[in-house]
Amino acid sequence: MKKKGPLYALFLSLLFILPGCSSLSVLNPKGPAARTLSDTIILSILVMAGVLAVVYILYIFVLVKYRAKKSNEGYIPEHEEGNKVLEAIWIIIPIIIVAFLSVVTVKSTHAVENVASEYKDQDPLVIYASSSNWKWHFSYPEEGIETVNYVNIPVHRAVEFRLYSFGTITSFWVPQLAGQKYAMSDMLTELNLSADTVGSYIGKNSNFSGKGFAHMEFETLVMTDKDYQDWVKEVKETAPALTEEEFKGLLAAEVLGRKTYSSTHLTFSPPPGDHSEHMSGNGSEMDMENGGTEHEDNKEIHPSPEPSSQTEFDSVPNPEVDEPLPSSPVEETTN
Amino acid sequence: MDLDKFKVHGEPLIYGAMVSIALATIGILVGLTYFKKWGYLWREWLTTVDHKKIGVMYILAALLMLFRGGVDAMMMRLQTAAPEMKFLDAQHYNEVFTTHGLIMILFMAMPFIIGLMNVIIPLQIGARDVAFPRLNAVSFWLFFMGAMLLNISFVIGGSPDAGWSAYFPLASLEFSPTVGNNYYSLALQISGIGTLITGVNFIVTILKMRAPGMTLMKMPMFTWSVLITNVIIVFAFPVLTVALALMMFDRLFGSQFFTMANGGMDMLWANLFWVWGHPEVYIVILPAFGIYSEIIATFSKKNLYGYTSMVFSMVIISLLSFLVWAHHFYTMGQGVMVNSFFSITTMAIAVPTGVKIFNWLFTLRKGRITFTTPMLYTLAFIPIFTIGGVTGVMLAMASADYQYHNTMFLVAHFHYVLIPGAVFAVIAGFHYWFPKVFGFRLNERLGKHAFWWIIISFNVTFFPLFFLGLMGMTRRMYTYSEESGFGPLNMLSFAGAVGLAIGFVILVYNIYWSTRYMPRDTTSDPWDGRTLEWATPSPIPAYNFAIVPNVKTRDAFWAAKQDNVPLFEDKITKIHLPNNTGKPFILGVIFFFLGFFLVFSMWIPAIVAGVGVIIMLAAMSFDRDHGFYVPAEEVIATEKKLRGETV
Repeated sequence: MKKKGPLYALFLSLLFILPGCSSLSVLNPKGPAARTLSDTIILSILVMAGVLAVVYILYIFVLVKYRAKKSNEGYIPEHEEGNKVLEAIWIIIPIIIVAFLSVVTVKSTHAVENVASEYKDQDPLVIYASSSNWKWHFSYPEEGIETVNYVNIPVHRAVEFRLYSFGTITSFWVPQLAGQKYAMSDMLTELNLSADTVGSYIGKNSNFSGKGFAHMEFETLVMTDKDYQDWVKEVKETAPALTEEEFKGLLAAEVLGRKTYSSTHLTFSPPPGDHSEHMSGNGSEMDMENGGTEHEDNKEIHPSPEPSSQTEFDSVPNPEVDEPLPSSPVEETTN
Repeated sequence: MDLDKFKVHGEPLIYGAMVSIALATIGILVGLTYFKKWGYLWREWLTTVDHKKIGVMYILAALLMLFRGGVDAMMMRLQTAAPEMKFLDAQHYNEVFTTHGLIMILFMAMPFIIGLMNVIIPLQIGARDVAFPRLNAVSFWLFFMGAMLLNISFVIGGSPDAGWSAYFPLASLEFSPTVGNNYYSLALQISGIGTLITGVNFIVTILKMRAPGMTLMKMPMFTWSVLITNVIIVFAFPVLTVALALMMFDRLFGSQFFTMANGGMDMLWANLFWVWGHPEVYIVILPAFGIYSEIIATFSKKNLYGYTSMVFSMVIISLLSFLVWAHHFYTMGQGVMVNSFFSITTMAIAVPTGVKIFNWLFTLRKGRITFTTPMLYTLAFIPIFTIGGVTGVMLAMASADYQYHNTMFLVAHFHYVLIPGAVFAVIAGFHYWFPKVFGFRLNERLGKHAFWWIIISFNVTFFPLFFLGLMGMTRRMYTYSEESGFGPLNMLSFAGAVGLAIGFVILVYNIYWSTRYMPRDTTSDPWDGRTLEWATPSPIPAYNFAIVPNVKTRDAFWAAKQDNVPLFEDKITKIHLPNNTGKPFILGVIFFFLGFFLVFSMWIPAIVAGVGVIIMLAAMSFDRDHGFYVPAEEVIATEKKLRGETV
């Protein structure tokens, strides 16, 4: 098996190129959460390269040494049961490795599930990010503005994205700023993110969601605090308000360009209730934020964004089905 | 009824597929009639209850599906080879990757493995058949009809397009209004029932029908792996059955189990799917471990190192396989505690798997290794699968998975696990056991050509995907922009896919060439094997063993050859065999129509077919058929003829 050596060399050399390679966006983080993940990944690659090295060296050694050749013709190997000590070694060492990686995993998971330590004392900026068909809506309850398919955030600021969907399950992902999280129709998920470099970063839905999935990207623009304030001000002054009618139109559209509004859809189409509290117990601190009032109310009645999503699909022609959709009473709309 | 529902609109590719399917069907029908083979086909194959023939049919179907799924793969790689390709549109691409996944896992890997276990397991345990031969035929025909039902979806009505995992609400009627996902629920249901029956059948076969003296800890490793696999099948498949039934209710009858509104829970589907789906990957991989164990032992001329720990590692893997399903959705906001639990159980699987890798390496140590084609696949498996394994550990780390989830990194990982772990294994097993079934070997030179094409191209195809994943390319994207920078690596991957295709073509050419020109074996033991299947004559007589062997050690046949431990001590007596029956085939056909009618909500024909199923089941349960005896004289004559010697 001649090619195993080169393969191994290739893997190792790639391994050393990796961290320097800026096109690997996952390993080129621009914020604390993504940096934690990048460090975790590089650490795991190094540990795993060690495991590979051991296996490959043993492998090449036995294949070279014990292959059939003229000199060992007629040799019939002896019966060999196994060896308790050796087998114990290759049970215990992997257990140690797994234990080590488990600790790393638990720590890093905890780190990225919470506000990054540098920004702990800040009041996070809350942005609701919701998906519909193949686009993203970003609502800023604090500022009272809303954008479609782009999101601007201030640098060095903790941002808390609250994710949900008006349809299929999508996954909100800005690789250079934080790991992804699902957006679903019946519960709110939370993603903590902060950026420490001004710049434009690509964000996308990474969970397959149908026909327009490949085009479901958005720009994340990280700006200085002043630029951000100016932008918000400008939006409030110049952008139109988002009416319920307009919003229904947005939901119905398949793919859209950028849009900007000086009010949010949260007022007339509230997000689903938050389940994360009784799932993980780490969501309790989020109630005091802006937008938390609506969110508190919603928890009692568990409204879902479903009425609007029904209207969304009324406009999609589907000539192939003649059965009625399994529909729910549509017009019991928001109160 | 609305005939428009049957039409798949639009593409030259689909019309091409329709024409080729029609031509192939006509060709087969004409050929059968011309050569007057209808009777032969019915008597020898369609009605057979012989485990060897059923196994061969499974393998043939799996090879067909390998090419069907392979063409899907080529289309996907071509479509993504360069930015903004116009080869497939989004809908067609979605159908292609969905069916690629379904076909490769459920209609290629599984039936190939079930085929090998059908052929080999009774031989390896010294039995004359499986425990329920007629049920075995039912299993096959249900699987086969399920596979056919899924395959016609491309030309009648449209294929499933929500991914092989069919997440709700995307797979609901609301977001996938074509009949594609109806096909999904029914084709998988029908073949899944077949698989579940296989599971029961083989557990009973292995537990109850082993040759005298073969205790559990003297069973060959392949038998062990199959036993554990079937236990997993019996625990996992009922979950799929229920999930698919609920899916069918949602899509056909307007129930609301997985919808967004009215109390439906989309994540319930994800949970049910992966409670089945994760053990499923071990269903295809554990038998592969068994196959490799047999081959490594045979071609290094050594017994398997650490037999006991090999068995225990498989048992532990099977237990853990049920405790890890939530790692498929770390990113659904389930919190640090839940994610950590599933991270640790997932990474723990690396420990028993590592045990197996080292045991194989130590089996090779001090051996005398010959590089035959099956052994080459086995040896290539070790380093490649190890890459798949270590990237699996990387993916298992919940935090890091936030970055890998749904990306090409994941795609690269599971191809690095499943292709060496299942595909190489079935190819290796195919080359290894081929002479047992057909009485001649496949050509070694062609075999090695195919091997090098496949191994090198495999790495060229899938290694770049790790980097694409880290660059942020998500999976299932039918196109991407120039600026994304995904182009060059995807092109490289496409080049690899072409190489893989060439490799598989050589492999099939080898089967054709060897059938025509390879000399017939006279030994029945061409590889100097160690286990009981090599003790029967080749081709194998219907009753397998004229005399039931007496097993005293592991590797019983090896001991018989090496140390002259007698294997066949009793006298030849009359042998009981089951009669052939056409009922399983007919039942399968009715199931096919039941599925088809349900897909299109044609209620009256569906009810008729449903009644037909019940009638067939009743007919089979009240069947008083006790089989027949082969007289001792006939057995002796057959043995003499096959072995050219006196028994």
